[in-house]
Amino acid sequence: MCRLAAITSAKYFSPMENILALETMKEGHDGSGLGLTLKDLGGEFKDLKEYPILSGICSRKGREILESYMEEMGFKMIYHWKPKIKQVKGIIRRDHYFAYVFDYPDGWKDKSWREKEDLLMNTRLTLRKMGEADESIFVFSFYPDVITLKEVGDPLEVGEFFGLDKDILKAKIIFAQGRQNTNYQIYLYACHPFFIQGYCTMTNGENTAFVPIREFLMSRGFPGYMGYNSDSEVFAHILHYVSRQLNFPLTYYKDVLTPLKWDEIEQRKDKEALFLIKQSMRPLCIDGPNMVIGFIPDGTCFMVQDAKKLRPGVVGGIEGKYALMSELCGLDKVIPNRDRSKDIFPMKYDMVIVSPDAKEVKVWNQLMA
Amino acid sequence: MEPANGLKLDYNHALTIKEFPYIIRWREDRCKRCGQCTAVCPNGAIKPTVKYMRVIESGGDTPKPKPVRRIIHVIEQVNNIENYCTGCAVCALVCPNNAIEPEYNPQNKFLFYKNLGGEGYKRGGRRNDPGVSTLDRIKFTRISMLTDPALDAGRHEFRVRSYIGRILPPEELPLKVEDGRLVVDKTRGKFIPPVREIFPIMIGSMSIGALSPYMWEGLAMGVAYLNEVEGIPVVMCSGEGGFPPRLLKSRYVKYFILQIASGYFGWDSIIHTLPYMTEDPAAIEIKYGQGAKPGDGGLLMAPKVIKLIAEIRGVPMYVDLPSPPTHQTKYSIEEAVMKMIQSMSMAFGFRVPVYPKISGTRTSKAVLNNLARNPYAAALCIDGEDGGTGAAYNVSLDKMGHPIASNIRECYLDLVKQGKQNELPLIAAGGIGKKGNLAANTAALIMLGASAVAIGKYIMQATADCLGDEWNRCNLCNTGKCPRGITTQDPKLYRRLNPDKIAERVVEIFKAADVELRKIFAPMGRSTELPIGMSDGLSIDDKAMAERLEISYAC
Ligand code: SF4
Ligand code: SF4
Repeated sequence: MCRLAAITSAKYFSPMENILALETMKEGHDGSGLGLTLKDLGGEFKDLKEYPILSGICSRKGREILESYMEEMGFKMIYHWKPKIKQVKGIIRRDHYFAYVFDYPDGWKDKSWREKEDLLMNTRLTLRKMGEADESIFVFSFYPDVITLKEVGDPLEVGEFFGLDKDILKAKIIFAQGRQNTNYQIYLYACHPFFIQGYCTMTNGENTAFVPIREFLMSRGFPGYMGYNSDSEVFAHILHYVSRQLNFPLTYYKDVLTPLKWDEIEQRKDKEALFLIKQSMRPLCIDGPNMVIGFIPDGTCFMVQDAKKLRPGVVGGIEGKYALMSELCGLDKVIPNRDRSKDIFPMKYDMVIVSPDAKEVKVWNQLMA
Repeated sequence: MEPANGLKLDYNHALTIKEFPYIIRWREDRCKRCGQCTAVCPNGAIKPTVKYMRVIESGGDTPKPKPVRRIIHVIEQVNNIENYCTGCAVCALVCPNNAIEPEYNPQNKFLFYKNLGGEGYKRGGRRNDPGVSTLDRIKFTRISMLTDPALDAGRHEFRVRSYIGRILPPEELPLKVEDGRLVVDKTRGKFIPPVREIFPIMIGSMSIGALSPYMWEGLAMGVAYLNEVEGIPVVMCSGEGGFPPRLLKSRYVKYFILQIASGYFGWDSIIHTLPYMTEDPAAIEIKYGQGAKPGDGGLLMAPKVIKLIAEIRGVPMYVDLPSPPTHQTKYSIEEAVMKMIQSMSMAFGFRVPVYPKISGTRTSKAVLNNLARNPYAAALCIDGEDGGTGAAYNVSLDKMGHPIASNIRECYLDLVKQGKQNELPLIAAGGIGKKGNLAANTAALIMLGASAVAIGKYIMQATADCLGDEWNRCNLCNTGKCPRGITTQDPKLYRRLNPDKIAERVVEIFKAADVELRKIFAPMGRSTELPIGMSDGLSIDDKAMAERLEISYAC
């Protein structure tokens, strides 16, 4: 089972905190990879917040292709970060790990935010397609104030490999996932967390309804709904679809994933809308077993369970720092000095929502809403 | 004593019994000559007769066999093609001594002769092909176990439900946010089409007229019980030929789909009853085609048009009632079908889903695409080549039409391409449960892309022991002489049925199917919604079929 460690904080912290939490939760073999998504960056990225950051991995050849394509598109590189790689046994080093900070091409500065977001996504998709066949280019995110790192190996070793224990890379929201090898092929694009236009999720479990969900998303006519090397990628895309494309408030993500029964809907104030949503979004309903942790562009983090609560998940912390973990020991590792009686184990109707800057945590109950 | 007219020398134009599909095995030693078999035979295929024969007799205290010649009574098979034995075996059923039974004759030459008078062979039933259908070859192979725990069919909550009706895509829902909640924005005046929640297996169109009153009543009672007592929303389609006005005015009409077909039979009376109706029907089905006889109209043979039927349909008694192969007003799909859907919607105040039914065909995607563009089209029902009928030409039944599996699959995938897979539900019919695997065939079609299935023959077989099978057994539905009393208007025959028993069986069948569907869906990890299009759960043991259906191959 995959392990998930998400931390949201009012202060900048190091991704090593997440990695150590993963290490605590580790049981048995665990070499299928580590994925890290950092949002609201500190350190050297603190003053570059409005510029999009392209994160990924490429070969020597891929680097040339990527850089010349970006230049051709008119993106101007203003900063280049690369991890201080330390060779670690068991991890095969690839040529070039990078996070490039770009300025928008001329003529794009005054475009609307939505247009800019689409430009960034389409650029990422083009780069992905260019380097997918020969694995010369992997790009995980291209968005302001967000960095994604992924590599195959034991999480702690991958952390060392990236030199995260030494680096000053810091952020206010960091999601980390360590995968156990249930899929035989270890492929970087299958590593969580998944990110699309400011929305990010990582998941614990298998998604039995994957095929119809994928077909539904792919037929929405939105170019970003592609990939799906992991059945969990759909969770990020459903979140994006519900929130950005349909403009539903965040809690409706839960209503789409695990719709209430008709008699339960009757009790809700928004029942008329829910009746329609339950029918219209029938293909997006999941049966688990899944626990999903996600963030949205404003920095709100959340955790939801499938309707049978078939996977573990816990949220706890103190004002200014909360952790959303797949297991309790991970939470203990990150925030030991909290009031444990306030730990939240979301049940089937719950959506645990941590507000931006980890100010407060609340449980939204689907039945009572 | 020899026949008075002497020996017949030339038998060239008489058939031998080997040409017949079924040969009667009669046991002289067991028969007590009660005559029940000859009385019950629906086709006059056996007759009592006398023979002058040499027999061995033995009497007295010790056996003393001796040959004697005398006249004896025998049961003989008629070798007249009109009175062929259909293999129904009701003779065997009534025989008190197990003295008679029909035996299938695989070498028969029946079709060579069943065209006397220049008239093609007409019959009821469905395609006579005893082979294993595609649906029965599909297996459910993606089993959740350790990485994704299987659900528990008995313990977890399951919702085996589907929809008929046009479902708005999320992008078109008239919603707005108010105080962090979504509300329906009435100011937008967006038409929200009617949608019904149903159990994914429905009873397909069989008309009052084709079915006997007891049969129809039994089915209808069963459906009402399932809805009102068991809470399983099974719906049933009326078939062409109207609907009893009393039932139309009752609250039970909501469990029925009214069918309008090319003969428009019965719609005069329905239209006149409209103002008195208190509930809306479940849906309206416009029949453009039928899987059993594609491109052919309906046919109710004269013997079945008794007083009640004539009244409901608004026609004289005892005349053949053929519906034309096509709706007379239909000159183009774009316009006429749209108009028909619109007018039917309008007649019921746009509160009732209206959808067309077509026979399986290579051109079904064209129809589908047309409907996809019509916001009032509520679904598409495709009836595959294994669909049944009360009367059709054998050639249509056996050779015309398209198998349902690939037809549904390509239509579903076409909808996926357009992003309309949830918008326009597909209803699959034709051959579901042909070998008795009702739940498995239903689940396979759902996972190929159907939202629901419709059954006809299966329900007749399972509720009323319809004798017909794919060895051309019985299939007398068109003659009005159904030996089970299912497809006849002759009270002497239909009183053999007990409507309460039929209703009881309907309830049992749907309850069992509900459990069996859960048993399939649970290990595949689906419980709250149907696994529509969940094709990664399916496999088949034939590579070409796997490729065509876009599912995996497993052997
Ligand atoms: S099997 Fe049916 S058709 Fe044949 S002889 Fe017996 S009763 Fe008649
Ligand atoms: S039993 Fe009746 S319904 Fe069944 S095949 Fe024979 S005639 Fe038709």
